[in-house]
Amino acid sequence: MDPIRRSSTLRLTGLLCLLFLVFFSRGFASHDVVSEKSSGTTQEDSRSQANSTAHKKTFPVLSFNYEHVRTPFEISLWILLALFMKLGFHIIPTVSHIVPESCLLIFVGLLVGGIIKATGEQPPILDSNLFFLYLLPPIILDAGYFLPMRPFTENIGTILMFAMVGTLWNVFFIGGMMYAVCQIDAAKLAHVDLLSCLLFGSIISAVDPVSVLAVFEEIHINELLHILVFGESLLNDAVTVVLYHLFKEFAHEQAITVTGAVLGVISFFVVSLGGVMVGVIYGIVGAFTSRFTSYSRVIEPLFVFLYSYMAYLSAEIFHLSGIMSLIACGVIMRPYVEANISHKSYTTVKYFLKMWSSVSDTLIFIFLGVSTVAGPHTWNWIFVIFTVIFCLVSRVLGVIGLTAFMNKFRIVKLTKKDQFIIAYGGLRGAIAFSLGFLLNNNEIKNLFLTAIITVIFFTVFVQGMTIRPLVELLAVKKKKESKESINEEIHTQFLDHLLTGIEDICGHYGHHHWKDKLNRFNKTYVKRWLIAGERSTEPQLISFYNKMELKQAMMMVESGSAAKLPTIVSTVSIRNVQAKGSPKPSRAISKSREEEIRRVLRANLQNTRQRLRSYSRYELLNDALEDDISEARFRKQKEMERRMSHYLTVPANRQETPPVRKVFFQQEHKVYTYDDSESPRGRASPSCADDVSELKETPEKPDQSSTPRANRDAELKPKEQDDQGDQLKVSRCLSDPGPNPEDDEDSTFLP
Amino acid sequence: MYNYKHYCKNLHKYIHIVDVCFFTVSQEQIKNLYQRFQQLSGNHEKISRDDLERIPALNNNPIRKQIITAFFDKRNQHQNDVGSLDEIGFEQFLMVMSHFRPVNSTATEEEKVTVRKQKLRFLFNMHDTDNDGIITLDEYRTVVEELLSQSGAIETEVARSIADAAMLEVASTNVPHMAPDDFYEGITFEHFEQILKGIEMESRMSIRFLDMNTATMRCGKLSS
Repeated sequence: MDPIRRSSTLRLTGLLCLLFLVFFSRGFASHDVVSEKSSGTTQEDSRSQANSTAHKKTFPVLSFNYEHVRTPFEISLWILLALFMKLGFHIIPTVSHIVPESCLLIFVGLLVGGIIKATGEQPPILDSNLFFLYLLPPIILDAGYFLPMRPFTENIGTILMFAMVGTLWNVFFIGGMMYAVCQIDAAKLAHVDLLSCLLFGSIISAVDPVSVLAVFEEIHINELLHILVFGESLLNDAVTVVLYHLFKEFAHEQAITVTGAVLGVISFFVVSLGGVMVGVIYGIVGAFTSRFTSYSRVIEPLFVFLYSYMAYLSAEIFHLSGIMSLIACGVIMRPYVEANISHKSYTTVKYFLKMWSSVSDTLIFIFLGVSTVAGPHTWNWIFVIFTVIFCLVSRVLGVIGLTAFMNKFRIVKLTKKDQFIIAYGGLRGAIAFSLGFLLNNNEIKNLFLTAIITVIFFTVFVQGMTIRPLVELLAVKKKKESKESINEEIHTQFLDHLLTGIEDICGHYGHHHWKDKLNRFNKTYVKRWLIAGERSTEPQLISFYNKMELKQAMMMVESGSAAKLPTIVSTVSIRNVQAKGSPKPSRAISKSREEEIRRVLRANLQNTRQRLRSYSRYELLNDALEDDISEARFRKQKEMERRMSHYLTVPANRQETPPVRKVFFQQEHKVYTYDDSESPRGRASPSCADDVSELKETPEKPDQSSTPRANRDAELKPKEQDDQGDQLKVSRCLSDPGPNPEDDEDSTFLP
Repeated sequence: MYNYKHYCKNLHKYIHIVDVCFFTVSQEQIKNLYQRFQQLSGNHEKISRDDLERIPALNNNPIRKQIITAFFDKRNQHQNDVGSLDEIGFEQFLMVMSHFRPVNSTATEEEKVTVRKQKLRFLFNMHDTDNDGIITLDEYRTVVEELLSQSGAIETEVARSIADAAMLEVASTNVPHMAPDDFYEGITFEHFEQILKGIEMESRMSIRFLDMNTATMRCGKLSS
């Protein structure tokens, strides 16, 4: 007991020390906020002074100039605080089980804001510019880029319904009811007119993607519900933008005309479709660019980020929906970019997006807390309480009504449990706050801001904390642990074609028919333009298969040794599957395999050469990991080969023998066995072989038989560790009997 | 124009066919299917394979042969018969179509299981062409080759290795411990169910007959 308690208290004290250190330096930093104006001029003076006085005084060995680095310093401090908080919550496990991270972060923000205020400074408020331009895009891009397309497109009708009609209903219901509330004399709110109420409604009714993501990610709910709520939170941006601008404009004129309303409707279509169009354009340009990035792999991830960010900014220029643009860009760009960029770049993109969105997310919640402490508040009990009540009521009513309507058109109907979760998951967040903050300064603004903050707190704290036990209580289906299975993939595709065929026989132009048409269009025209090289003709099943192989190879590398091959969980090998009497596959291994094997070996040959070159910062050298992956792949393929064509296996007794070289030679010979009919071919130029994905390009004619022999000597060294892996593997595949009777075929060596 | 009298005479029979499988279907939908059937058969009583092969939209489908065969497969008629027919009437057509109806949300768990089994059985019959009750490696290889057949010049080796890997996966999940000399004959229906339990067949393998109205069908003439 004692050591545990000691260690936890140690951790807590450490954490608190960190906190105080950070606060202290921030307090110190914000001390300079006041003297901002004067510091600019004094900086010049001090510098010139330092120069001029250098002749008279001794040279200052150590000087202090904080103004110089103030802004980046403070920004870094804030980000560091956010990161420490995130770390802290995961170190202390007990709290994070009960309370979702977002709540804790807001709480920390409150603390920080309180401390700053206590030191007499004005705490920084979540600047809308900062939020919309820097903090929000990474989160949306992360969400859009990794949006699961299949469930999204299958439920697109329901999602759009909730996003558009649901939000509209919320706006008018809340706006109308709040106006009614303002008419109550006791509230003393008679100065709030209908338009302002509607404006308030438009700000507060949109479900917030940041909060939804933050809370839903922790409860691991099933895919359908997740995509419904999340999709809704993304797509309702268009409605919010239009209504917000509409009511803001009309708030000046104090009345809405019919033309105004009509223009509003038109504006809605322009905003949403325009936003999507901008995103699509940038997505296509980005995909096209990625076709050529093989010439400079290091900057590939940057293209993805910059094109997406530009899509967002361009949409914002025209007051179109930036979020929809960003999502469209990510969705369009992704399949083509992933086919083009190297594996490393793909990992980089993935991890950078996750990292940025994580930091943004944390910062947003902290700033929300700080802004709560900072902002001027006008607390009006009636207004605030009724806002919260009406938000809940309108959400519930909206969900029930819309589900009743949509269930007529859905194959998988939404049950009452689903409806409850969807209604309960309608969280508000920082977007509402920032929109409220952008309002013109008057007394109503503070009233609204207070109400908005209260609603946000309520949804995040109360709904966020209770949703997890409720999900358990209602036994809502959780996310399935999807084990990627090649059988499922085969049958998913088979079903797609089958259903398309049945629809064609029925003469029914349904869902599958159009999807099939789109896929064919994609394959014949679009892929050819946007995907480099031979990958454009690769069917999906094969890419899936390759991905699986790569994944398994990487698992092998990461687990450190070949001994932990995850694929071998059973003693079944391909020998059990292939009929004894079945015709043996031809001796030559497939051309594509051969080509891959040769490429890998060539790459390793290149590696030994490249290691002698001097280090250059701008060149990607094949580092150890990539080598391992290539070799692991090679190993895996060889292993598959061995398992599939059993007579190629070296019999048990030969494998056990220690002299590595001998075994190696024989394996080499086995690998490079050609049919006599193959014509010799010149050696392809050694292209950049650090791209593992290039291994699966269209098979070319196999190389001359003489070249492997020449390479053998050079390749001996890198292949040695390979052999040990093979030895381990083969000794495990003890399904091999003794010397193979067909082994005499092995003796046909190269011509 | 379809034979209205003939249709009305047999309507109760048609509804019964589809209802057997726990589906409810509206008369409207049966009428639509009947109209389509008449159009395909050129107003004859029966459809032959050629009639189905003439549908232009099917040309792009990589598995059209299997789909057409499935219509003429006696096993899909739920009568414990084997073999294949040369021509089918509307009842048999409807029987095959009934495999694709979505499940009612009011169905009980038992009914859902039965429906799922039935749909999986249809798929199984499509793969198991020689009707020996198991999908052998060769049959599975054919399936994968057909799937990839429209994607340009694919090496048979690649298709083969994918089928082999898939077969291996089935064997490993269902019969994890086999001695070196055991031979895994093929995928039985139980194993087939097992490996596809991740896919929700009841909802995936269904077509919305709801929004099929006569206007969307390219009928020559519409009748009332």
